[in-house]
Amino acid sequence: MLIMFALLAVIAVIAFWLIGAYNGLVRLKNQVKNAWAQIDVQLKRRHDLIPNLVETVKGYAGHEKTTLENVVKARGAAVQAQGPQEQGKAEGMLSSALGRLMVVVEQYPDLKANQNFLALQEELTSTENKIGFSRQHYNDSVMTYNTRTESFPVNVIAGMFGFKGEEFFELEDAAAREAPKVAF
Amino acid sequence: MWEAIASNRRRSRLLIAVMGALLVVLGFMIGAVADPARGGPVGAVVALLYWLLLLVIALAGGDQALLMGARARPIKKADSPRLWNVVEEMTLASGLGKMPRIYVIDDDSPNAFAAGPRPDKSVIAVTSGLLKRLNRDELQGVVAHEIGHIKNLDVRFLTIAAIMVASITIISDFFLRSLWFGAGRRRSSKVDPRAQLVILAVTVVLAILAPFLAQLLYMACSRQREYLADASAARFTRYPEGLASALEKIALGVKSTKSVNRALAPLYIVNPLQARASASMVSTHPPTEQRIKILRAMAGGAGYVDYENAFRKVRGGDDPCIGKQTLGSEGSVPARQASAEGDSKQEMIERLQEVDGILGRLASLILIPCLCGVQIRVPQNLERDSFKCPRCGREHPMPRAHEAAEAAPSERSPGTLRYDRQGEGWEAFKCSCGKAIQISPAFDAPTLRCHGCRREIEIARRPQATAV
Repeated sequence: MLIMFALLAVIAVIAFWLIGAYNGLVRLKNQVKNAWAQIDVQLKRRHDLIPNLVETVKGYAGHEKTTLENVVKARGAAVQAQGPQEQGKAEGMLSSALGRLMVVVEQYPDLKANQNFLALQEELTSTENKIGFSRQHYNDSVMTYNTRTESFPVNVIAGMFGFKGEEFFELEDAAAREAPKVAF
Repeated sequence: MWEAIASNRRRSRLLIAVMGALLVVLGFMIGAVADPARGGPVGAVVALLYWLLLLVIALAGGDQALLMGARARPIKKADSPRLWNVVEEMTLASGLGKMPRIYVIDDDSPNAFAAGPRPDKSVIAVTSGLLKRLNRDELQGVVAHEIGHIKNLDVRFLTIAAIMVASITIISDFFLRSLWFGAGRRRSSKVDPRAQLVILAVTVVLAILAPFLAQLLYMACSRQREYLADASAARFTRYPEGLASALEKIALGVKSTKSVNRALAPLYIVNPLQARASASMVSTHPPTEQRIKILRAMAGGAGYVDYENAFRKVRGGDDPCIGKQTLGSEGSVPARQASAEGDSKQEMIERLQEVDGILGRLASLILIPCLCGVQIRVPQNLERDSFKCPRCGREHPMPRAHEAAEAAPSERSPGTLRYDRQGEGWEAFKCSCGKAIQISPAFDAPTLRCHGCRREIEIARRPQATAV
């Protein structure tokens, strides 16, 4: 009888631990998902800002055709990219294209005095920052989640229920994040 | 951080429970004094209801009450895109679910605080003095510090505590008054003189208790919380120098803030009541100097581990700052580069103008640029035809406030307002929602949208004078 109770108690403890560990993993996985959704929102915002920017710049610096075309092309590629790795690459390209555009823009004082352009510039700087910060948060969440799924004894449950590690989101060009800032 | 969050949860529950017990006991005592036969339980029930009401207030609108006390006004994105974007950036960096609402306090002393009953229902308030002085990186550091407080649930604990303390103060005040005014009547009635003595005793106890509780609140918000929020800020921004240099500027400029209530003081980034930083027992904030030193000793790192190392190096002791569980899950994190916005004269002038604009709009002033470069701020309802520029003495006509007339059921779109321009200069008029709208001489569009009600207003130019 006593042994029965002891056995039941042990099973109950293990069951509680299992439930706790499983729920913890679900929470972390959702956090990663959420963080990715945030990056997505910011990337979309940048994609939406670019046509406006290109139109404004065209009005003052229409003959900078190649630079503008590069930005438009990079945007097109970034819009279509799928998955963290591919998207990271495309966004990195877009960042450097934007950086080059901002360097070119330096030569047009009229454009730099345009209120519309100034507002766009603030939005773009901030969106670059927001992409950076949401990426930072995403990678932090992925690290916590991956550490959890890989460490013993939680890795046993993770394996049983198919919790797999997530990919980090790295921009292709590490300097890309700073590039537009230097230009301002 | 996990440890800090868990401890804040515990303390919030404890505080609510203790206050509830205290109120019920008081209610019972007061009830028993008023009516020895049945009053006790009635008093206890009333007290219980009062406690529930307080809880609802604290959890639903505690931030509002505190903000009103601090005379803070909400801003929109258009008022200060820079501040708005910085807060949004830090919300993303911290993984806070929802962006805090932003308030600005018209006060030249640089300071900031956060309030709110829940992380997803919080506010951040900054003074105009802070906005004037700090560049983007520094502002980011301060906002990140406040969001650190929100994330660590310090803000929730303090908001609940502040509401509870305020309620005790109200009761004690109420009793003092009732004692004062009721004394004459009571004497002639059949009430036991001993009862009056008890009321007196209760009042005295409450009167003593209120400030004591406020003091307790100071202590509860231990100095370690500030260090933790600093560590969070360094991690969120990946740039400890931003907060360090912001703290330096704040420490230089902080004066006793006018509109600070004692219960609010622990919420601020630098204690507004103690202008000069000292490390006495009762101070709610660690000496600012030491906080700066620790941030600067992080040696190119920005993670919790880096902060912990710097903390030990600067303080010399072995006291841990950040809990083991948090430290165990990660390594050193590299800091980033400074952003391009610095402290050049041009940028400082732009910041001053931006802050002036925010304050002007909040106080519903009309801003009129004079030719000499001064922005003159004129109240909307100034009853004069003209005024002089304070610098160069130029005469300016007072923009007359005309109500935009409701357009005749319009051909173009129903409900459109219409305003007829009076001349070629600066003009101001009121939309039917009451919002003042200003148009410049250069304004040249057929319509504009009201900032208040978002309705479209048709602007009609005065017909050109025909040649005689």
